[in-house]
Amino acid sequence: MKIAGLLLLVSGWAIVVAAVALLPSAGARVGFVLAGMAVELFGLALAVRAHLVLSAEGE
Amino acid sequence: MSPSLLTLSEVSAVFCLLLILLVPFASVGLALINSGLGRARSAAHAMLAALCVTAVAALVYVIVGFAWQGAAGRPEHVLVVAGKAWGWVAAERFFLRGLRLDLSPAALVVLLQMFSVGLSALIPLSSGADRWRLGAICASTALLAGCTYPLFANWVWGGGWLAQLGANCGLGRGFVDGGGSSTIQVVGGVTALSITWILGPRRGKFTAEGMPAALPGHNVVLVLLGCMFAWIGWMALNSAGAMLFLGVEPGRVVLVAVNTTLCAAASGLTAAVVTRVRSGRPDASLSANGWIAGLVASSAAAAFFKPAAAMIVGGVAGILVVSVADFLEFRLAVDDAGGAVSVHAVGGLWGVLAVALLADAGPAGQWLAQLTGIATLLGFLLPLTYGLNWLLDRVYRQRVERGGELQGMDLFELGAGAYPEFDVHGDEFLQR
Repeated sequence: MKIAGLLLLVSGWAIVVAAVALLPSAGARVGFVLAGMAVELFGLALAVRAHLVLSAEGE
Repeated sequence: MSPSLLTLSEVSAVFCLLLILLVPFASVGLALINSGLGRARSAAHAMLAALCVTAVAALVYVIVGFAWQGAAGRPEHVLVVAGKAWGWVAAERFFLRGLRLDLSPAALVVLLQMFSVGLSALIPLSSGADRWRLGAICASTALLAGCTYPLFANWVWGGGWLAQLGANCGLGRGFVDGGGSSTIQVVGGVTALSITWILGPRRGKFTAEGMPAALPGHNVVLVLLGCMFAWIGWMALNSAGAMLFLGVEPGRVVLVAVNTTLCAAASGLTAAVVTRVRSGRPDASLSANGWIAGLVASSAAAAFFKPAAAMIVGGVAGILVVSVADFLEFRLAVDDAGGAVSVHAVGGLWGVLAVALLADAGPAGQWLAQLTGIATLLGFLLPLTYGLNWLLDRVYRQRVERGGELQGMDLFELGAGAYPEFDVHGDEFLQR
């Protein structure tokens, strides 16, 4: 689950970078940047959740 | 296209050099804070680790770090995307070959960065307190100084793609961070988060039910003294960074110092008030963390804030640092002994965002440039840092053996304690 979270973080970043570099219109660029950040937040939540599960198993 | 290299008059260069020579006070401050917030039985280990980190960071940065980071206007590898050239890593030579170390802006950048990379590498020390082996600390520092820090610093300060967002895409001035809220603080903060995840909590930190136990720092006087040293170092860091990376004239250094102080003051006082309201008395450790979080948040744009805005930035940082520290400990089971994640990662991200929200209005699109920088820190730097440290942990275990935690890092790794004439407490006060 932690690897999935980290991969989602990278995927969200890729969306942000692609939007900034490739999209010409400001509206589309803002939309995709926000979408990419949402994917990143989901990935971060997943990574944190994985850490919690591992901590509970350790105890 | 790479932003052109700054030019400085000889007087400005000497003034900048004097500022840079004060920056190590920030490292002294963080070292004292890290040691004070740790256990008495690991105090000497914490200070020796700070010295080793500073040494390894400086050596690795000079050997390979600057070759990746470079400076604006100097050789850069570029990728052409949609007809625009984007810098992604510098094309300098190892061991600073080909660079004259005089009063030129590039040489001043090298000197400032030698100190800054050490400052960044000191941040994870507090999150790994009382359980992080000295050898692993040095190895992890080498990864930071030789890979993650120079790469991101190239993108922000070396004329890389984040700095080019303004010129290539019309996003404000491009990603703005004069004093290193992102490059120094968040890079150190995400390393701290990775280290807490990899090491796991200190023995006895969480009960079987998952409730955290209080493991108070052993010397709050050291912590508060560290805040004072850090204040001096940070004013110099923000001022030198603003001159070298934002092209601010020397006269504006007064505004930078005023804003840095106001930000720290507002943040420290806010943290004291929040803890006073919450628990009846101000908490010295969290107030100190609030002070440092204010310094961290001020770094990105101390040259562009109005004084009232700097107070707002500091006030929000003070609230954030207390709330996030509690959230990490009580809800996310993150044992971050010195609060490095809440102070440096969250405080730094807030400072970067505050550039878009509260700094003097620049060209349109600045907020999108700042968001892109934040996305890069979370989406690229965090996985890269975690991955590198995870790999390191596979080949060289980072956490000390159980005996080391029971005995204390001083006796276990150094063979002598910091306070041999005093009783050093064991774990008798912990809940079982």
